[in-house]
Amino acid sequence: MSSWALSERPRLRSPGRLKYDKARQSDLLLLPERVVELNEAAGAILWLCDGNRSIAQLIQELEAKYGQTGLADDIVDFLASAEERGWLER
Amino acid sequence: MTASLPYALTAELTHRCPLHCPYCSNPIELQKRESELSTGEWLSVLEQANDLGVAQVHFTGGEPLLRPDLERLVRRARELGLYVNLITSGVGLTDERINRLVEAGIDSIQLSVQAASAELADSIAGFRAYELKRQAAQRIRERGLPLHMNVVLHRANLHQIEEIIELCADWGAERLELANAQYYGWALRNVNELLPRREQLQAAEAAYKRALERFGRRIELIWILPDYYEDFPKPCMGGWGRLSLTIAPDGRVLPCTASSDIRSLTFENVKERELAWIWHDSPSFNAYRGYDWMPEPCRSCERRELDYGGCRCQAFQLTGDARATDPVCVRSPHRGIVADRVGSVEQGKAGTPDYAYRGR
Repeated sequence: MSSWALSERPRLRSPGRLKYDKARQSDLLLLPERVVELNEAAGAILWLCDGNRSIAQLIQELEAKYGQTGLADDIVDFLASAEERGWLER
Repeated sequence: MTASLPYALTAELTHRCPLHCPYCSNPIELQKRESELSTGEWLSVLEQANDLGVAQVHFTGGEPLLRPDLERLVRRARELGLYVNLITSGVGLTDERINRLVEAGIDSIQLSVQAASAELADSIAGFRAYELKRQAAQRIRERGLPLHMNVVLHRANLHQIEEIIELCADWGAERLELANAQYYGWALRNVNELLPRREQLQAAEAAYKRALERFGRRIELIWILPDYYEDFPKPCMGGWGRLSLTIAPDGRVLPCTASSDIRSLTFENVKERELAWIWHDSPSFNAYRGYDWMPEPCRSCERRELDYGGCRCQAFQLTGDARATDPVCVRSPHRGIVADRVGSVEQGKAGTPDYAYRGR
C-alpha cells in the first residue's frame, strides 16, 4: 500500500459506518462484527472521509475547525494506519 | 459495581426454524410462536438498546426470516443509526425478500452452511437446504451486500474443511467463521455424536492454516477454538454482562444466547422491566460481573483477568454450579468431566451418527 496523495478522496470501507453514541458521548466506528470507540481526533477525521472531500480539503477543514496549522502530517499518518486496519478505501 | 455499556444486541426473533441442526445454540426448550414478542415490543427494545449504548444489532433466531416484520425492525434499527446484520440459514431469502431487506437498510448478511457437499450438508441440517443456500449467497452478492458465512465444525464435517473454505470463497464470502461446535443445549445433548477426535481436529487446524496462506486477504478466516481440547477456557462473551446482550424470542434478557439454561438464575423480561435497569441493576446481569463472585481456583488465579473464569453456562451445565471454574480449565477440580468425554471419543468407534435433531 502506498501512502495517500493529498488529491485522493478516502471513504469508509463498505459497509463500515460512523455513529455518534449519546450514551458514551463519543464517535463509534461500526464494522461487521466489530465496534471501535474512537477518540475525538480520529472521529473528527473519519467523519470527513466521505469519498467527496480530498485529503487537502479535509486538512484545511480540520485546521480551521481547531484553529491550528501543521496538522497535515498527523492526519496523513492516521489515514495510513486507518487504511492498514481496513477502515478506509480509496 | 458500575457496569460498562453494551456494544451489541443479539435479537433472537424466533426459535422457529426450517433446519434441525443437532448442534443448535437454541435451548432445548424452544419458545413457541405464541410467546414471541410483538412487532411493537421489538421496536421499543431497539430504541431502548440504542439509548443504552448498543451500536450493532444481529437479528437471528431460529430463522429470523420467518418473522414477516423483519424488514420493519431492520428499518427502525437503521433509522436509529445501528449497524444491522442478519444471521440466517438462507431458507426463505427470495428475490422479493432480499429486495425489501436492502431497501430497509440491511448492512450485512451472515449465511450458514453445514458442509461442502449437498448430501452431507442436508443430512446434518435434516432439511434440503443446500441448494437454497447457494441461491441465497448469489442473491446477497448480486445486491452488493457483503456476504459473511459460518459453519459449525464437528466430527461429521471436519474432514471437509478445505472444501468448505473453497466453497465459501466460490460463493463470494468475504468472511468465514469456522466455528468448532460449543457444547450447550442441543450440542450438549448430541456431544457424543459431535465431538471430534484430537487427530481429526489437528488435521483440520493444519488445513485452516494452509488456507490462511493461500487466500491471504481475499477472505477473512476466523477459527473458533474447540474448547474441550484446550488447556484454558475461553473468555466467554468477553466477560459476563460486559460487552453485549441477547434477547430471547419471549423477551427475556440474557448475557448470552446459552445462558437461559442456567436454572439457578432468573432472567428479567423486557415486557416487565426497562432494558437499562436490566443491564445495570438486575441480579442476573450482576451475578458474575467483576471478580468477587469467584471461588477458588479462579479467585487467586493470575489468568482471571484473561478469561473471567471461563464460561458460566458450561460451568453450570457440567458441575451444577454456575460460579465454578469452567471445567475446561486444567486447574478446575472438575476437569475430569471434560477429559472423560474426550477420552471416550478417542476410544469409541465412529459409526453413522444418530443425532437428536432439534424440533423433531
